Amino acid sequence: MAYDNNSQKIVDYIQNFARKHSLFVLAYGTGCGAIEIPPTMTSRYDAERFGIRGAATPRQADVLLITGYLATKTLKRVIRTYEQMQDPKYVIAFGSCTINGGMYWDSYNTINMLDKYIPVDVYINGCMPRPEAVISGFVKLQDEIQAGRADGWKKYQDNLEEYRANQKKIIKNWTMPDFNW
Amino acid sequence: MEDIGYKIFGAFLTTVLAFVVGMFYGGFRRKIIARIQNRVGPPVYQNFLDVMKLLSKKTAVHHGIMQQLAPLWLITMSIVTLMFIPVLKDGLFFTNLNFSGDIIFLLYMMVFGSLGMALGAGQTGNPNSAIGVTRGLIQMVGFEIPWIMALVALMVQYKTTSVTGLLDIQSQSGTWMMFSSPFAFIAALLAMPGMFRYSPFDIVGAPAELASGPVSEFGGKYLSLMMTSGSIFAFVKLTLIVDLFLGGASNLIELVIKTFILYMYPVLWGAISPRFRTEQAVKYFWGWPLFFGVIALAFATF
Repeated sequence: MAYDNNSQKIVDYIQNFARKHSLFVLAYGTGCGAIEIPPTMTSRYDAERFGIRGAATPRQADVLLITGYLATKTLKRVIRTYEQMQDPKYVIAFGSCTINGGMYWDSYNTINMLDKYIPVDVYINGCMPRPEAVISGFVKLQDEIQAGRADGWKKYQDNLEEYRANQKKIIKNWTMPDFNW
Repeated sequence: MEDIGYKIFGAFLTTVLAFVVGMFYGGFRRKIIARIQNRVGPPVYQNFLDVMKLLSKKTAVHHGIMQQLAPLWLITMSIVTLMFIPVLKDGLFFTNLNFSGDIIFLLYMMVFGSLGMALGAGQTGNPNSAIGVTRGLIQMVGFEIPWIMALVALMVQYKTTSVTGLLDIQSQSGTWMMFSSPFAFIAALLAMPGMFRYSPFDIVGAPAELASGPVSEFGGKYLSLMMTSGSIFAFVKLTLIVDLFLGGASNLIELVIKTFILYMYPVLWGAISPRFRTEQAVKYFWGWPLFFGVIALAFATF
């Protein structure tokens, strides 16, 4: 009974419902997109009505929101932060820079495709995406979670070697602890 | 045998009641703060969803046995203090262990969880946790002094240390203690926001400054236990103050009305206040609250 398929479905449904309606966001605001986060959270657009709220540390967070370009230096910190988050965790990539490099596509010190280094669940395009677009991205993520398709964290565990190889191509002096949970 | 059955069921029922009421109060707090900031705000049951989500996390990293124990200590402290506080004046299910514990015991128990939390946060090795713990202990020294002075004034004035005894005195004389010993009530009321740690006294878990302080390395089920314990403990503190100063409650509706009105005071004060610095908070607690505590003691003695 406990492990049969239908009861697992019910458990998954309830868990996904809770996960979907309670997203603690860790905003990694190194890029220019961070300026769109305060209006999203405060009175004008009020993301809290969807259960989206800021988390202070990676341990408490569910969603890693990467706002804008990532320099090769900050990529290291993003990977460290992502690995410190607890499963299930989701990544929202914000702005054109995370999709193909955007206006920095030929820059010597930014990465072009974020998805090569950490698995991205939802992209929000635009330069910059307005708060409406950000909220619509979050709603898209909620739909994905409810459908059980937001499984980037599983992908990361399964293809860890591939992701690591890509990361080590960018980060030459690799001194981070192993990802073992 | 039947009696023990009632007692166990009553303890269970009290815990569930404290959890549900505390959670809903937290939800109302978020909603009210959102309305004050001209937002829609999350639904009132949002805290339940948060706890459910945290419990359904698949991993929870910890750094050692003390960190694992800290949330357990917190929730143990909350439930034990709940058991020794008369939730209702009489009745079958909510009496629990009222007649065995007194105020002095409660004063000890109420800091037990914070000390356990301090040990647990110390083991995480996060510098923000260490700063948060020191701030928390300093703040505790701040608000505990006027709070204990208010309670000692009550104990001296009525010559009993039992919460039930104080409740009986109130129901016999027909006046609440907020009127019969007003200075103690003022001192306790002024010290109360420090216990709740909402703004302006959220110096312990300042999210923007300390990355939530002692909690910063706790995720998943640990955080959910701490949220649960926080909700239960909020209910405990409110019920204790209602019992001591507002004449207790004879049914649940009265209890909810009284505690909710009392709860609105730290919430509304918090909604319009920025954060104090540590020394400002201590300066506040050792100012007017301490003054009224001394007056209350003098009032009780002479």
